[in-house]
Amino acid sequence: MELTALQHQLIEELRNGLPICSHPYRTLADSIGTSEADVMNALHQLMQDGLINRFGAILRHRALGYQANAMCVFDIPDQDVRDIGKRMAALSYVTLCYQRERVPGIWPFNLYCMIHGREKMIVRAQIRHMVAQLGLTDVPQKVLFSKRCFAQHAGKYSLSPTSSVIPAGEQHEPA
Amino acid sequence: MDKTLSPIQRRLIDVCQHNFPIEPDPYSTLATKLGCDEATVIDAFKDLKAKGYLARIGATYATGRIGASTLAAMEVPEADIEKVAQKLGRFTEINHNYEREDKLNLWFVVTAADQPTLTRTIRDIEIVTSLKVHRMPMVEHYRLDLGFALQWN
Repeated sequence: MELTALQHQLIEELRNGLPICSHPYRTLADSIGTSEADVMNALHQLMQDGLINRFGAILRHRALGYQANAMCVFDIPDQDVRDIGKRMAALSYVTLCYQRERVPGIWPFNLYCMIHGREKMIVRAQIRHMVAQLGLTDVPQKVLFSKRCFAQHAGKYSLSPTSSVIPAGEQHEPA
Repeated sequence: MDKTLSPIQRRLIDVCQHNFPIEPDPYSTLATKLGCDEATVIDAFKDLKAKGYLARIGATYATGRIGASTLAAMEVPEADIEKVAQKLGRFTEINHNYEREDKLNLWFVVTAADQPTLTRTIRDIEIVTSLKVHRMPMVEHYRLDLGFALQWN
């Protein structure tokens, strides 16, 4: 989808977050060189078009105690993957769920889900529950817990030629 | 951990992960909702950010609808992983960079304005690290929302 110049600028500015001050949209507008109303309209439009799927507080789950972050991958026959994916996504403890392309000879898995929890033991129990619930016991699968989280940025989707400076210590939004 | 969060901060986290108000005085609107004043809300958010609990108040985008992105993974010799992660840290196109328990041990998401830029970026990563980058682009998503409700107990 084609974005307007203003939407590009707004997306780039938002990588640093909405200012935390009175009239934050006016502050944002000032740094782009437009009006507060234009910024709010552009944001509404991005949400209405479904390009922004969430606008709000983006947390650092690790810092908040969600240290057990499991990426579960499965090799599901192509004709079944959507059905199983939808049922997987409906489980309350699954935070992300998607189908991805396999890497031939390297990575046969095509269905991914993430479970974020405070304790590995609980996450492992949830994974067992999921596998049993969806009948995936005999499906090739792997669980990859995260060990360390290295520096993270907000996604760079805008076309602006210069990368915005990411504040030091900027770190989260688990994949 | 949680114990250092004030009740106001917990409630802000509970109510602000989705649909942050888009209106001239959003912090004031939240203050009314929580029964405090705007300055209290602003201080609470600033403190959450300073303590590293809040990355930012911002947007997440619908993968595939905007720009181009892919999940990617590399097999990095154990001894080199910090060095390689540091090199990746210089790419602003990379987010979500995790070490995981597998032979493919470094996992990250690459985002770019379009496919050619994405391809170029991945080639640059391969040149800088001298390692193969495997791409696992999304085909379809079934759930994409990290704004899950936190359990406070």
